[in-house]
Amino acid sequence: MRTVTRIAFLLLAMLLAVTPAAAQEKVKIGFITTLSGPQGVIGEHMKNSVELALDHLGRKIGGLPVEVIYGDDQVKPDVGKQVADEMLKRHKVHFVSGVIWSNVMLAVAPTVTAAGTFMIGTNAGPHDLAGKLCHELFFTTSWQNDQTPEAMGKYMQDQGITDVYAMAPNYAAGKDMVSGFKRYFKGKIVDEVYTKLGQTDYQAEISQLRAKNPKAVFVFYPGGMGIQFLKQYAEAGLRGQIPLYSVYTVDEISLPAVKEAASGQFETRYWSPDLKNAANEKYVNDFKKKYGKMPVFYGAQSYDGMFLIDSAVKAVKGNLADQKGMIAAMRKADYPSTRGKYTYNINHFPIQNFYLLKAVAGPGGEPVMQIQKTVFENHKDSYSKECGMKW
Amino acid sequence: MLLVLEQALNGVQFGVTLFLMAAGLTLVFGIMNLVNLAHGALYMLGAYLAATFYQRTGSFFTALALALVVTLVIGILVELVALRTLYERDHLDQVLATFGLILFFNEMVAIVWGRAAIYAKLPAWLSGHIQVLPGIRYPLYRALVIVVGLLVAVLLWLLVNRTRLGMLIRAGASNRTMVSALGVNIRLLYTLVFGLGAALAGLAGLMAGPIYAVQIGMGEEILIQVFVVIVIGGIGSIKGALVGALVVGMVDTLGRAFLRPTLATVLSPSAADSAGPALASVLIYILMAAVLFFRPQGLFPAASR
Repeated sequence: MRTVTRIAFLLLAMLLAVTPAAAQEKVKIGFITTLSGPQGVIGEHMKNSVELALDHLGRKIGGLPVEVIYGDDQVKPDVGKQVADEMLKRHKVHFVSGVIWSNVMLAVAPTVTAAGTFMIGTNAGPHDLAGKLCHELFFTTSWQNDQTPEAMGKYMQDQGITDVYAMAPNYAAGKDMVSGFKRYFKGKIVDEVYTKLGQTDYQAEISQLRAKNPKAVFVFYPGGMGIQFLKQYAEAGLRGQIPLYSVYTVDEISLPAVKEAASGQFETRYWSPDLKNAANEKYVNDFKKKYGKMPVFYGAQSYDGMFLIDSAVKAVKGNLADQKGMIAAMRKADYPSTRGKYTYNINHFPIQNFYLLKAVAGPGGEPVMQIQKTVFENHKDSYSKECGMKW
Repeated sequence: MLLVLEQALNGVQFGVTLFLMAAGLTLVFGIMNLVNLAHGALYMLGAYLAATFYQRTGSFFTALALALVVTLVIGILVELVALRTLYERDHLDQVLATFGLILFFNEMVAIVWGRAAIYAKLPAWLSGHIQVLPGIRYPLYRALVIVVGLLVAVLLWLLVNRTRLGMLIRAGASNRTMVSALGVNIRLLYTLVFGLGAALAGLAGLMAGPIYAVQIGMGEEILIQVFVVIVIGGIGSIKGALVGALVVGMVDTLGRAFLRPTLATVLSPSAADSAGPALASVLIYILMAAVLFFRPQGLFPAASR
């Protein structure tokens, strides 16, 4: 018995002696997303994709052991900022990553960069951070918010579509989406309708829409709002009568809930599960194998985020104090991205392609998003001119 | 003109959906004096259960019946386990406890069904349209919602005003101690009333499934409007719930449809564009404030109080 105790103490002592040394060589990443409530489904996809990226990287970042600390922002900017503060002060992270919502990002990113830590955004792309508030420690693997509706505007303009009816929820992002759309769409807009954020029933608006008899409809209804809108649009018998074009409304999270009510829907996006390149095929196949469902763009961006960090740590050979070296490495975007090769703009937002996607019947009869054509090649966001950063 | 008629129909339909929720809530609130924030959770359960049973059994009616029964049983269980101890407490304790139930049910649904919204199918034979008037085609399913809602209103009225059970319910609402002194098992009565309320919420949920998103938190989205309905209608009154629901449904729908075009005739178009949607979304709250100001007890206060 005494021997056992002695061995146990010895092991404990060894453990205590070894841990601090190992901790110094560990890359610490704080990943902020939404893990609770209805929007937790997005956070789950992002977290799963981060874990998959770490699997693919052999649980190492730039050759160093890695620890990811997950934080839940509850879709609240103040909570997001608190979580970020805790990661910076208590966990002393080297990178903060993630963040779904633009308003949360506007609270988190300045906090992180002001503390001299890297912020690697993997979704939200508010225009402030692309323009006046751009920062050398801020990178994103997603897009600037306006780019996706710009692509839809460009496509509909090119098709010569006119008499468009535009709808979006009545909040900042809703108005941004419509103004991004109008930046490239110059045809006639029959009406612009803004509905209450979080509205569940759209029958009144759909009756108004039908009375105006537009040639096409453009909408932005993220999350649950999109599911309700699409179901009710189909139920009103408008599917097949007036074509529906949208941004951030139909994705791999909402498709299983909407199914045939989404068929024929057009979306624009920089990524799709059927995008052909080696990194994406590996990501999509392994994600399906590990989690049993289709990945979504939120996940692809988060997966990319880990690889971007990996490329930076590799470039400085694990010397995490060399931030200049890591900035220079990340600016090259030299890693296998799920979207294929892309470059960084002066404001650290990607210059990338945007595609037209359509919801079609997949192999099993279930609807899937499929790339139809490239709308923009190497598309730059409209705010980089306001960013004063010099490379 | 046809458009106004169509929108009025939409208003009635929205009102009836609200009524199904409000009836259960007002029964529980008015008769048992219990503020049940978890009413929305039962609505969510109704929708999830109906969608799941429909997928499993392939029969719409079997699914409806099963979902309704299971929601009723869950409601009764919740009453027996959690709410029974709360009747004597004040409203704040009830609010806290039932808010806890919301969190519990949301997480339970996340564990059982996952966090993503699930698919709720509309049966093919209900997805058509009916010709209400020349020029007005109305979705068949929404017409069905109106019929079911009005049917429930009539049945509830008959139950409360024309049956022995209804008499006991009314008696229990006005003087609980006296009713139990007369040998009526008031605990059982309350359990039944709560079960009935739960079943009504479940019915509203399963009717909502095919047209709304079946997802976590769907109950809370509608619950606020339902509280507005019962405050306007008068707490504890089925008639008040019906009238309140129809008024709220109509005001909300017509406001969303016509407020902006109407404002545009008096204001500049850009002012109307920003004021219209903002005003339309708070219209029912303005209405509630007005009702509270002129008739603090609501339009049809329950006679018992």
